[in-house]
Amino acid sequence: MTTVELQEHFDRTIAHDRRIEPRDWMPDGYRKTMIRQISQHAHSEIIGMQPEGYWITRAPSLRRKAILLAKVQDEAGHGMYLYCAAETLGVDRADLTRRLISGDQKYSSIFNYPSLTFADVGVIGWLVDGAAICNQVPLCRSSFGPYARAMIRICKEESFHQRQGYELLMTMMRGTRAQRAMVQDASNRWWWPSLMMFGPPDNDSPNTEQSMAWGIKRHTNDELRQRFVDMTVPQAEALGVTLPDPDLRWNEERGHYDFGEVDWAEFKRVIRGDGPCNAERIGNRRAAHESGAWVRAAAAAHATKHASPATSDDQAAMQQNAQGGPDE
Amino acid sequence: MSDTSEDWPLYEVFLRGKRGLNHVHVGSLHAADAHMALHHARDVYTRRNEGVSIWVVASKDITASSPDEKDPFFAPSGDKVYRHPTFYAIPDNVPHM
Repeated sequence: MTTVELQEHFDRTIAHDRRIEPRDWMPDGYRKTMIRQISQHAHSEIIGMQPEGYWITRAPSLRRKAILLAKVQDEAGHGMYLYCAAETLGVDRADLTRRLISGDQKYSSIFNYPSLTFADVGVIGWLVDGAAICNQVPLCRSSFGPYARAMIRICKEESFHQRQGYELLMTMMRGTRAQRAMVQDASNRWWWPSLMMFGPPDNDSPNTEQSMAWGIKRHTNDELRQRFVDMTVPQAEALGVTLPDPDLRWNEERGHYDFGEVDWAEFKRVIRGDGPCNAERIGNRRAAHESGAWVRAAAAAHATKHASPATSDDQAAMQQNAQGGPDE
Repeated sequence: MSDTSEDWPLYEVFLRGKRGLNHVHVGSLHAADAHMALHHARDVYTRRNEGVSIWVVASKDITASSPDEKDPFFAPSGDKVYRHPTFYAIPDNVPHM
């Protein structure tokens, strides 16, 4: 088939809302965009283990430790599902890791903020995972099959993440005045960065149109941000915390909450690498990768040794049999 | 650091969700050997009892048909409508057919 015919076939598949599968022909731009989107998402899951992983040994009870451990293990699993989806496009997972730790590829800006108290663990579950769910549910219908399938799996597991966070916060809100203050403080710190998770405003998001045409984005950044605000305000009220935005109020006419302007200069600064924890996050990932090199090499050497049809021990035994063993 | 000797090969993972179902492809992972691939598959793909049995296959050992659904590979079944029960007109008054 000619490129024009291939392109027509691709366009028809998208128009019928069918899925593109890895070995299908696809435009270079689509492939590049999918690789970027999926690997950024995978990196976010992997880096996203750090703010909460820090609290595993410090969690206040065995129950909270077990929950947090399971959650962080899920994040690792989500990273694996996504690297697997990215690899179907012809990239190499080890190379993606190298591109993450060299700073060549990005991850979500949210993970460059510190988790200062145990209340942060709850707020990350409630707001950060809440925003992630908002972003990810529509991605279950991504036109790229392997990504959509990974997202379905991930969304099933994210619900536990958000609920454990909210339950943790409810528990703290029933505690002392100091504990309630911790929840309020953590909510104040994470609210705006959570709104940034939806990306730049629509009028500053040049790729949105093409991504929507390709079916790899189903709603604009501002639509999803609005949906998140509308969902979260009643949750904050039920919890008894205020959200740090004086402009936040119900707009009867629109049927939505109005909210203030996100500090986009801060967003750009953090994306560029000047967030509070960028260097620490990448430094930790690099150290884990480099100090694990000998394990990967040793396992590979072990596998190579045992993959050969006859090891030296086997050969010695065979020779002995051929020569007539000691029993004869 | 780009030492390829430490980059493990890719395995495809198939899960049987419960007894009575086929194994279904769920994704892939890297492992040094098949034994490690099974353990990784358990940790990555069955954290919530999603499977009662796992198969792993080295990705390089899979032979696949060409992806395009219009591929002539599938043409032989395209024009054989007589393989389907609806091809045969049976009067409505004939029961149990």
